[in-house]
Amino acid sequence: MAERSFAKEVQQLRIGAGAEFRGEGILAVTKALLQAGVSYVGGYQGSPISHLMDVLADAREIMEELGIHFESSASEAAAGAMLAASVNYPLRGAVTWKSTVGTNVASDALANVASGGVKGGAVIIVGEDYGEGSSIMQERTHAFAMKSQMWLLDPRPNLTSIVNMVEKAFELSEASNTPVMLELRVRACHVYGRFTAKDNVRPAFGLKDAMENPVRDVNRIVLPPANYLHEHEKIDQRWPAAVDFIKKHQLNEFLGGATGDVGIIVQGGLYNTLIRALEMRGHADSFGEGKIPIYVLNVTYPLIDGEVVGFCADKKAVLLVEEGQPEFIEHELNTILRRADLPTRIVGKEVLPRAGEYTGQAMIDGFDKFAQKYAPHLAGDRPQRAPAVANTPDLSKVVPPRPAGLCTGCPERPVFTAMRLVEKELGKHHVSCDIGCHLFSILPPFNIGNTTMGYGLGWSGASALNDPTAKKRTISMMGDGGFWHNGLTSGVGNAVFNKTDNLLVVVDNNYSAATGGQDILSSRAANKSRSTNHPIARAIRNIGVDWLKVVRTYDLQTMRDTLKQALTTGEKGPKVIVAESECMLNKQRRVKPQIAKRIKSGARVVKERFGVDADTCTGDHSCIRLSGCPSLTIRDNPDPLRRDPVAAVNNDCVGCGHCGETAHAAVLCPSFYRADIVFNPTWWDRVRAKVRGGIIGWLQRQADARRARYAV
Amino acid sequence: MTTQKPITIAVMALGGQGGGTLADWLIEVAERSGYFVQGTSVQGVAQRTGATIYYIELFPEAAARAAGKDPVLALMPVPGNVDLVVAAELMEAGRAMIRGLVTPDRTALIASSHRIYAISEKSAMGDGRADGAQILEAAAAQARTTLLFDMEEIARQKGSVISAVLFGAIAGSGALPFARRVYEDVINADSRARESNLAAFAAGYENAQAVSPATPQDATPAVEAASHAGRALLEKAAKLLPPEVLGIAAHGLRKVVDYQDIAYGEDYLSRLGGIAATDRQFGGARKGWELTREAARHLALWMTFEDVFRVADLKTRGARFDRVREEVRAAPGQIVGVSEFMHPRVEEFCDALPAGLGRFVLHRAGLRAIFGRLFGRGRRVTTTSLGGFLTLFIVARLGRFRRRSLRFQNEAAAIDAWLSTAAEAAAKNYDLAVELVACQRLVKGYGDTHARGMRNFETLMTAYRRLIEDRDAVAKMKRLRQAALSDEEGAALKRELGVIGLA
Repeated sequence: MAERSFAKEVQQLRIGAGAEFRGEGILAVTKALLQAGVSYVGGYQGSPISHLMDVLADAREIMEELGIHFESSASEAAAGAMLAASVNYPLRGAVTWKSTVGTNVASDALANVASGGVKGGAVIIVGEDYGEGSSIMQERTHAFAMKSQMWLLDPRPNLTSIVNMVEKAFELSEASNTPVMLELRVRACHVYGRFTAKDNVRPAFGLKDAMENPVRDVNRIVLPPANYLHEHEKIDQRWPAAVDFIKKHQLNEFLGGATGDVGIIVQGGLYNTLIRALEMRGHADSFGEGKIPIYVLNVTYPLIDGEVVGFCADKKAVLLVEEGQPEFIEHELNTILRRADLPTRIVGKEVLPRAGEYTGQAMIDGFDKFAQKYAPHLAGDRPQRAPAVANTPDLSKVVPPRPAGLCTGCPERPVFTAMRLVEKELGKHHVSCDIGCHLFSILPPFNIGNTTMGYGLGWSGASALNDPTAKKRTISMMGDGGFWHNGLTSGVGNAVFNKTDNLLVVVDNNYSAATGGQDILSSRAANKSRSTNHPIARAIRNIGVDWLKVVRTYDLQTMRDTLKQALTTGEKGPKVIVAESECMLNKQRRVKPQIAKRIKSGARVVKERFGVDADTCTGDHSCIRLSGCPSLTIRDNPDPLRRDPVAAVNNDCVGCGHCGETAHAAVLCPSFYRADIVFNPTWWDRVRAKVRGGIIGWLQRQADARRARYAV
Repeated sequence: MTTQKPITIAVMALGGQGGGTLADWLIEVAERSGYFVQGTSVQGVAQRTGATIYYIELFPEAAARAAGKDPVLALMPVPGNVDLVVAAELMEAGRAMIRGLVTPDRTALIASSHRIYAISEKSAMGDGRADGAQILEAAAAQARTTLLFDMEEIARQKGSVISAVLFGAIAGSGALPFARRVYEDVINADSRARESNLAAFAAGYENAQAVSPATPQDATPAVEAASHAGRALLEKAAKLLPPEVLGIAAHGLRKVVDYQDIAYGEDYLSRLGGIAATDRQFGGARKGWELTREAARHLALWMTFEDVFRVADLKTRGARFDRVREEVRAAPGQIVGVSEFMHPRVEEFCDALPAGLGRFVLHRAGLRAIFGRLFGRGRRVTTTSLGGFLTLFIVARLGRFRRRSLRFQNEAAAIDAWLSTAAEAAAKNYDLAVELVACQRLVKGYGDTHARGMRNFETLMTAYRRLIEDRDAVAKMKRLRQAALSDEEGAALKRELGVIGLA
């Protein structure tokens, strides 16, 4: 089960024509898919489209009613290959993932499906993880669209436009026999808004029809001689068909003023930010009305030569708002204008940042520069930035950074504490990281990890470092998500085949945790619609690893000793430690209501939580440096003589016990205590507590009285 | 062109603080009040404990209907264009200001003044906490209006979450044009924790309407002796020490006597009296008795070093049992078991033995190995069980023989050496002597941590001998002390020693 449930929200997916839909962008996309009559949907979770996968999973019932097959794909490559169903059959299908990383993984399949072309509408919804909040390399999906000649839609970020473009994407795909990508930026995925719904459509031609009446067309298969044919088809047929469709259905929009000697061309997704910037400069109102002509590219690939030439013909200069780099659109626009022999100046990266997100401020600054140089009558004499307040402290030196970290009670924390303890004994090792929560090890307080090469590629990332004469082994990390994504083959299989002598630690926390707690093959939960409970250790053993240990992560001393053993054993060959314990975020979500219910029903329940004695804590914070648990924090020292804050455990503590284990394993200090809080005690609990309390209390009173006789 | 503008709201929160819930509530209040709403968020990896931002724009539905179209609303805040900034933590308010979201012409800033410390602040070896006063100062200058109070504490009192208090504070501040009733309706419509959320909302609302700035508390409250013997000691201190340092010396006395007995308090006074005499001799009166003041603090801390007797004593006290119950929020009468994570090593065991015997065991590999096996692993002692309690209670009572222990004799010698070094330094460089005294701060913790601290302390004492004639000695010592507290491996200290030519 995923971290967030959309069970309530998905009921909105049933609303019919004319009703108003209110909700998040990704929920609206799902509704749009249903309205477009899709037959199959797949994808791989990851911000910012994780919720799209969660919504689809929660909407299973509705999708089944419409005869739609939904798959939680094993990887983006698997999802991309799903589109093959639209090659021979009039089936509409959609897949989704985080981009560009997911598009990287899916590229092989996408290039194939784009080469052969499609009969049914094939749409790829990519969550463009770019700019603030992104966790990946900053690249553009645009490049993939260009290289495989798939069309790229970038709708204005309001639900009406997004939903409309999803539906149009299928039509465009069918009209031009080409897969279509629809790009949603982070904020657009999460945007809350409204649109007027249409009825859901059950596809006339279903999956069953395709399976029972197979069609074969050798010209659609990427193999000579058809592969040569495909390239010509793309240029001679599919491209012109797409251009016709885009023009005819006015997918791009001409907004703002009708005429003027300057104008603006903008990617659809950036339209709202542009309008806000213009509004702050007095050139637009809250409805986007204004005098400056704006050409909105809801389709950013391909560009429509005729529209571009028409827009630019009467203009001296055009501001191009194109986020990211390389500036593909700017290059293409210049080519179009040159071919049309138009002198219009395209002003893009000349005034706007060459790299980085186009924030409101970046657009205001860019517009000001543009206006000063090419349209002085629009420039005005406003200050460049919001007025700075004089004589206030420089907060950038005060406010501390907040790097992402492992959650309270996270089962992965002990793995890295153990690695730090081993590091103290054996020195530093080269650590090859993977993608997942465990990648936070590279940040404080652990500061462990040298590289990360992509999802499931932790062990392959260390494959070159395999010199048998080296005195130290490398350590590679991999999460269960990455393991099933491709780590089993490109990591473990690769290491076995190439006879590595190094160590892999697989963190098995029962979920694809970093992306929102989705189930995967090795999840322990019973899942009605998926096959789970396939142990990672079994897969590893069967692929040929002999040195394999399974360790419960919270058992810190065993964790440390096993790591040490793996790094020092004389035994040759690949070594794998599967470190397993359930993701605490998901565990708490699962057990908290159960415990509350048990307490309410009168059953005996013992809740554990940890604390630090302020009396014995001396404020060195070694414990924090070895753990970094969010619930392990600091507070004012109650001793007026001491200046350093003491460690303290706050009430978020889930009682995982790691801080106590650390104090033991690292021989830290005697300040940690565990409190066992008993709910609904038995009569024996009560009698025992009474006897103990009586004797202990009496002794304590004696000691107190003695101290009182000489107390200052 | 219309001149109607949207109301813009940025909510800054940390993962797990309920920023999403607050944003959802605000959206619903606005929709119920006749507004067209757009909201969005950026979470990314920040959903796991990092900083998150939610952004909402509200536009009057009537104006949209009159125009016959939907407004074009932004998806991210633009500096100079934000009406309300809500921050669920003090430094996040600071972060909003760094981003330029708070401007004097239009921004109302509503924030909780409590702190959730960042990892860099928590993991520092000393006190790495950021200066909150600077955030308050900046807020007063940069915001149109500010409303800051400890909302986390109110949430705790009401058994609720900070988002409910913030919601109340927003309603009470009047920053948005919505009636209190609508806010309450929204909470009522949410099935989760209705009662406690409403209580927290009301408290936030009322605080917003009558907020008084918090006054900092005096760091060292006055000491009044609880016993006859204690009073006699305080009177003796008053005769021996300058009146300006009596406050801190009284705290020192209280700690030292609590640690051992009245006689140990006498020892403290006699050592401190010696320093005070030196202080007087070298112009302490003009320097505000800085040397005696620092010595009063650090001498008490050193004299109450944490040995097994001390730990056993503190762990078994009645007041400590009560405090644990309070910390874990046990209900009155609820049974709470407490167990301690202890790891006494053979070194600590020998430290507690009579000095001669302790040294004997420690210096014989065979004996040491035998006892080492006995103390080789951590043990969990249940202080609330009779066996566990009695063990610790008896160890604590053995503390009356502490003066004979190996540890005590070692520490006493080190203390005297330290004080005489400081006295010697005072003759040449008063401020350097104060720095030397303050070096005690490096010595803390247990086991390896304590050993590392002691090693650094000794390094600084050695450095002092070579710096005594240096004109910048005080600044250099200070830098060395900071370096010693900046990493465990001692890399910074080594570097700093190199920089000042002492490596």
